[in-house]
Amino acid sequence: MSYYDLNNDNLPSGFGKILAYNWALTLLIIAACSVGFLMLFSVADGDINRWARPQMVRFAMGLTLMTIMAFIPISAYRSLSFFAYLFALALLVVVEYFGDVGKGSQRWIDLGFMRLQPSELMKITLVMVLAYYYSWLDRSLVSKPQWLLPPLLLTLLPVALVLRQPDLGTAMLLFAGAAVMMFIAGVSWWYFATGGAAAAGLVYAVLISKGQSWQILKDYQYKRIATFIDPSNDPLGAGYHITQSKIALGSGGFSGRGFMQGTQSRLNFLPEKHTDFIFTTLAEEFGFIGGIALLVIYLLIVMFCVASAASNANRFGALITLGISATFFFYFAVNMSMVMGLAPVVGVPLPLVSYGGSAMLVLMMGFGLVQSAHVHRPR
Amino acid sequence: MRRPERDKKPSKRMSRRAFILMGLQVVFMGVLALRMRQLGVKQSEQFRLLAEENRINLQLVPPTRGLIYDRRGTAIAINTPVYRIQMVREQATNPKEVLRKLSEIVPISDNDISDILENMSKRRPWVPVTVTEDITWEHVASVAANAPSLPGVTPIVGSYRQYPAPHEYCHIIGYVGPVSDYDLSKTEDDDPLLRIPRFQIGKNGIETRVDKALRGKAEIKRVEVNSRGRIMREIDSKAGEAGQNLQLTIDSAIQRTALERIGAQSAAAVVMDVRNGDILALASAPTFDANKFVTGISVPDWKALNENKFRPLANKTVSGTYPPGSTYKMIVALAALEAGVVKTDEQIRCLGHVEVYGRRFHCWKRGGHGRVDLVRSLRESCDVYFYDIAERVGIEKISEMARRLGLGTRHDLPLPAIREGLAPTKAWKQSVKGKDWVVGDTLNAGIGQGFTLASPLQLAIMTARLGSGTNIQPRLINTIGDDLVPIKGTDAIDINPEHLELVRRGMFEVVNGARGTARGSRIRTKGMEMAGKTGTSQVRFITKAERARGVIRNEDLPWERRDHALFVGYAPYDNPKYAVSVIVEHGGGGSKAAAPIARDIMLAALQRDDHGYGPLPSQKRRTDDPDEQTPILQSNPKDRA
Repeated sequence: MSYYDLNNDNLPSGFGKILAYNWALTLLIIAACSVGFLMLFSVADGDINRWARPQMVRFAMGLTLMTIMAFIPISAYRSLSFFAYLFALALLVVVEYFGDVGKGSQRWIDLGFMRLQPSELMKITLVMVLAYYYSWLDRSLVSKPQWLLPPLLLTLLPVALVLRQPDLGTAMLLFAGAAVMMFIAGVSWWYFATGGAAAAGLVYAVLISKGQSWQILKDYQYKRIATFIDPSNDPLGAGYHITQSKIALGSGGFSGRGFMQGTQSRLNFLPEKHTDFIFTTLAEEFGFIGGIALLVIYLLIVMFCVASAASNANRFGALITLGISATFFFYFAVNMSMVMGLAPVVGVPLPLVSYGGSAMLVLMMGFGLVQSAHVHRPR
Repeated sequence: MRRPERDKKPSKRMSRRAFILMGLQVVFMGVLALRMRQLGVKQSEQFRLLAEENRINLQLVPPTRGLIYDRRGTAIAINTPVYRIQMVREQATNPKEVLRKLSEIVPISDNDISDILENMSKRRPWVPVTVTEDITWEHVASVAANAPSLPGVTPIVGSYRQYPAPHEYCHIIGYVGPVSDYDLSKTEDDDPLLRIPRFQIGKNGIETRVDKALRGKAEIKRVEVNSRGRIMREIDSKAGEAGQNLQLTIDSAIQRTALERIGAQSAAAVVMDVRNGDILALASAPTFDANKFVTGISVPDWKALNENKFRPLANKTVSGTYPPGSTYKMIVALAALEAGVVKTDEQIRCLGHVEVYGRRFHCWKRGGHGRVDLVRSLRESCDVYFYDIAERVGIEKISEMARRLGLGTRHDLPLPAIREGLAPTKAWKQSVKGKDWVVGDTLNAGIGQGFTLASPLQLAIMTARLGSGTNIQPRLINTIGDDLVPIKGTDAIDINPEHLELVRRGMFEVVNGARGTARGSRIRTKGMEMAGKTGTSQVRFITKAERARGVIRNEDLPWERRDHALFVGYAPYDNPKYAVSVIVEHGGGGSKAAAPIARDIMLAALQRDDHGYGPLPSQKRRTDDPDEQTPILQSNPKDRA
């Protein structure tokens, strides 16, 4: 831990912290969430109590959490990073043995007031621990093979646990998030080229292992891949999600069918219309314009994060900001690709918009870290 | 403690990589935006259509099939209501209790109840399940009366086709049956009704030829459904149309007389009004039970019908073609007179046979008729006279005359499998048989044998045209709905009236003359005298040796080698009203087997001379009131006369 950071005169304090707070980012987050409230209100057929109100309550909690976290010095998080990581890892182990089973996979710990999804928490803590590692490591050593091993180990451990649940989507997001951290930290291009080639080999192995005794993925995951490639094969079965989702997206047209006028979601043709597939309702009711608007909000959030990181002299803070924004990017990129039929259906929610407590709170915690890095950045 | 390297600025490398990363992210968002544009703007039309298809389901309410009446207004094809009771699980708060109450009103056993409950539990709660079928109207009434205590229970009225006289009209009306995949494969009809499982469509006879008018149009309801098929609301509905009623030209009484008179023989009889073409009877025997086909005929029944050598399934009046035999002689005579190759009073000497290129052609009378003129040759059916004049006039002119009188041509009646018969020509033989026409062929044609073929319907038309002197065409349906089927061919036929008169005199002599071949079947009642012509058509070749020994008598031959017996006639001879044709397959001589039948049928028609059309019960529009759907059976007391 850097003793120096705590005593930096340049850091704002008191009222200065409020001025240094990234208000633009906060407003963008509120905007994205408001889109979510609107859509949750619509898919519930105008019943605010069904999804919209609980989501607002959670968002209020998340916003408070983010603000509180923003005023805690970033160095405090740095010192907590490794413990947070260990805690999340422990929860992943716990969920393996005590978790609730839902939809064929174990993902939750029921805390009574909410269901905690440790894999969500791990997305943040993995970014934290890697940021900690690379802010500690001398920059000339990042590409040395022996110094690559610890981050790889830190990554593969939770990835393996998540894969066991099994939750391929989250595992891939975790891995992608870690890869981005290493990329930003300056790990040589060569590793990424080799890694890419290895990944291609792995995909090939996964595909040919189907039906063999050493089959790598579960049957339902192969089915998802098959229907992703050609959804019309099985329009009422596994391809149903993709087909109906594309119909909803497409039928919205340029300006949409109007708020609360989407027949696809209203008549329940859309699966998981309030969670993973909420974007389709947005596109059905507000059309191309509505979809682009949300995409622009997301783009601005990413850009403000990158801008904040670029002006941050604190390596831990900058790394954490970029890591969180990359994780956020992966969330919506995968979700949107999935509903538009560009990627297989993996259970990834649309960040800040989809109904769901765990993802929302974890994401707000992540933005709390980004805010803290922004507020406490040395200039 | 080593002070960590102080970062005044973020390292260049890190911000460079951060911007590379952001660049990649922006590129990917661009891809997402393009994809959104592709789906939402470029292919929007297509997807909107798909969304509509998702949302809207069509519900069909089948129309009631049109009824069929005879000319008197007697119903001969009706719809019988069939009552069912349906139950919707989610509307019945306690299905078991409701069923128990229902079982006190309608016969349902405890076993049935458990079956129904199991059936219901397998389906979605809003799907109606049939509780019981084939119950009486009294049951329906008491269910309706107890409706408040039976939530979710609805009586449903359906209908199925029934033929009150299934044998008499089996060949004319045909029958209906459930639409099959085969039916769908050969039709281009896109009527959504055909997609209803087990929807009844015409399978034979008028039921199939006039199917569209009888079928009517379905009421189409567009309903919005959710993803599980539950109806959310009705969007709109297009009113249906009940099928149109038909009135045939057939007179039940004459049709029945014809069939009764034919009895157990394999035969056909046609009665036609020469003045307007109305077909009063179209009888083909044996018959079959059309009702059996509606519900699905059993395999043994079907086999029995199919293997019967009398071919009960065939409508012999239009699908059976036979050598017309001597009934063809009027045509030969008219052709020869028109060509001028024979004078009206010319006499020809019959020695019992003629010889042409070394081949002998026999007259039916071994010793010959001596000198015969036209009238006498018709009366006594002298073959040699017709051999002679046929040879003189040639086959082309004979066949041309045959076609003018309705033989060898197709007549447009709403019946399936109508056959053209054959009025042969030289070109026909060359193209079909690949052989040259020879004089012997002409001689055979001169007495209606050889290649010549005609159906009983065509012979009736021929006789009607001879009797009326018009081009009259047959009519089987009088009205379709409110539309009258036009009468055709009342214009004078293109034949010299003097020639016609001569032939008619010959036909009068056949029945009434002292040596007429049908004298035994003459009608003695004043003003009803019949004119006609007998025919006996050979179905086997009589060898020289057999002729020398003496021709084997018909009674001694197996059934299928006996001669066909024919008779055609019209009456009254001086003011023709009706024409009749009768063919008894392998019945022997025309004068013995066919003429008496024709006489009796003709008498029935003449005695029942009032052949006006009876009123039809007013056309019923489809309603949901079961009483309204029950067809009104009109029974005319005169029918039983």
